[in-house]
Amino acid sequence: MRRVVVTGIGIHSCIGNSVDEVRDSLFNGKSGIVFDQERKDVGFRSALTGKVELPSLKGRLSRRERVGLAEEGIYAYVATEQAFEQAKISKDFLEDNEVGILYGNDSSAKAVIESTDTMREKKDSMLLGSGAIFQAMNSTITMNLATIFKLKGINFTISAACASGSHSIGMGYFLIKHGFQDMILVGGGQEVNYYAMASFDGLSAFSTKEDEPTKASKPFDANRDGLVPSGGAASLVIESLESAQKRGATILAEVIGYGFSSNGSHISVPNVEGPKTSLKRSLEDAGIVPSDVDYINAHATSTPVGDMNEAQAIDAVFGDCKPLISSTKSMTGHECWMAGASEAVYSIIMMRDSFVAPNINFSSPCKEAEALNITAKTVETNLDTIVSNSFGFGGTNSTIVLRKFNDRRN
Amino acid sequence: MKREEIISKINEFLGEEFEVELDDINVDANLMETLELDSLDLVDLVVIIEKNFGFKVDAKDFVNIKTFQNFYDYVVEKLENPQKKSEDSE
Repeated sequence: MRRVVVTGIGIHSCIGNSVDEVRDSLFNGKSGIVFDQERKDVGFRSALTGKVELPSLKGRLSRRERVGLAEEGIYAYVATEQAFEQAKISKDFLEDNEVGILYGNDSSAKAVIESTDTMREKKDSMLLGSGAIFQAMNSTITMNLATIFKLKGINFTISAACASGSHSIGMGYFLIKHGFQDMILVGGGQEVNYYAMASFDGLSAFSTKEDEPTKASKPFDANRDGLVPSGGAASLVIESLESAQKRGATILAEVIGYGFSSNGSHISVPNVEGPKTSLKRSLEDAGIVPSDVDYINAHATSTPVGDMNEAQAIDAVFGDCKPLISSTKSMTGHECWMAGASEAVYSIIMMRDSFVAPNINFSSPCKEAEALNITAKTVETNLDTIVSNSFGFGGTNSTIVLRKFNDRRN
Repeated sequence: MKREEIISKINEFLGEEFEVELDDINVDANLMETLELDSLDLVDLVVIIEKNFGFKVDAKDFVNIKTFQNFYDYVVEKLENPQKKSEDSE
């Protein structure tokens, strides 16, 4: 079995467009949530959303490279550019080596809806343009990035609802660990436009605390009333330890465990057993015990049932160990398909700079969270081992275990 | 619209869409090569023409368009005689 390490991270989110910006937001507990009047105008129940800047790639990519990129693809491109730059992966390296891509994404609603509108108006498929198909498919991110960066290894999209980004890390880790690939770009992307979120809003899953947008996302708090949708993209370069050492790369963290499970129950209501299995499996895979874990980046989205069940699952697995816990969704909102990847990036930033980001807006814990060590304040402490949870519709669960790299460990 | 205005409009949107300098456009130069167009780009050219001039190009018409001059002549002809079909599409 080979060790798997992270050598590059990139992030484009509502709390920052670079690792440095995001680090400051995490440390200072800064929210990226705003009120979006347009959502109200088109009939949303909640107009709250993460505010993510859409970068222009004109001058950075050719026209042919740009036309197939949907919103989430643009975010994924800029996050990947950052990750490759940090990992010191050049175009020449990508040309000469087999690098794969496994990226989480589960929609491209805006591209699909705009094509449909054009068809209805023009009644002519040729007037959709050449980019429509490449923007509209669920695999839009992997097909575009694999082409732009000339990737030659494994290449497919992982669609697993709000656990997509996390599973992409887990699957990439497995492939490298077992010797099938040396290096894979993993991550997750999420469109933020209102088309993508309307049907989710229709389930009454979103917080309606519109008077104070930055205080609306309250994971584990007794007064939480729903999640806040958000998005962007997060990319990680993961590779075998041998590959990283051969290249002389700086190692940011080690991926030591991946757990997964399926609830086998309701399509949208999570349970306790599924997440427990995922958590336990991740620790077994990592070869560690609960007391080894310093911090849990919880999935907790600020929905009443989801947070309650995750709290019980964590308590059941970790018992008296009481690792520090926070949900960064209190600041970012729920980054959905991207969340597992972005939260791994947030965790690596915290590990690097020795702090736990706060679970902001947490003043009165719900009953189930009382047993947990959730921090509403930034805690400056060494973090050796971090667990990151991600769960999604259909009962898909994923848990990633990250550890500070130490060459002397086996 | 006068022929000069049509040509000026074509050059403007070709330059903007396909990111070429207007100085690089020579009436006798090969359209596809100068703009580095592949088969996918031709789909976008159909979209752009429809947006700017309101008529739909039959993809088969591109067979007879080699130079910028051919392209200008084709668009001017289509605008002046919208009912006339091209030889290949008859």
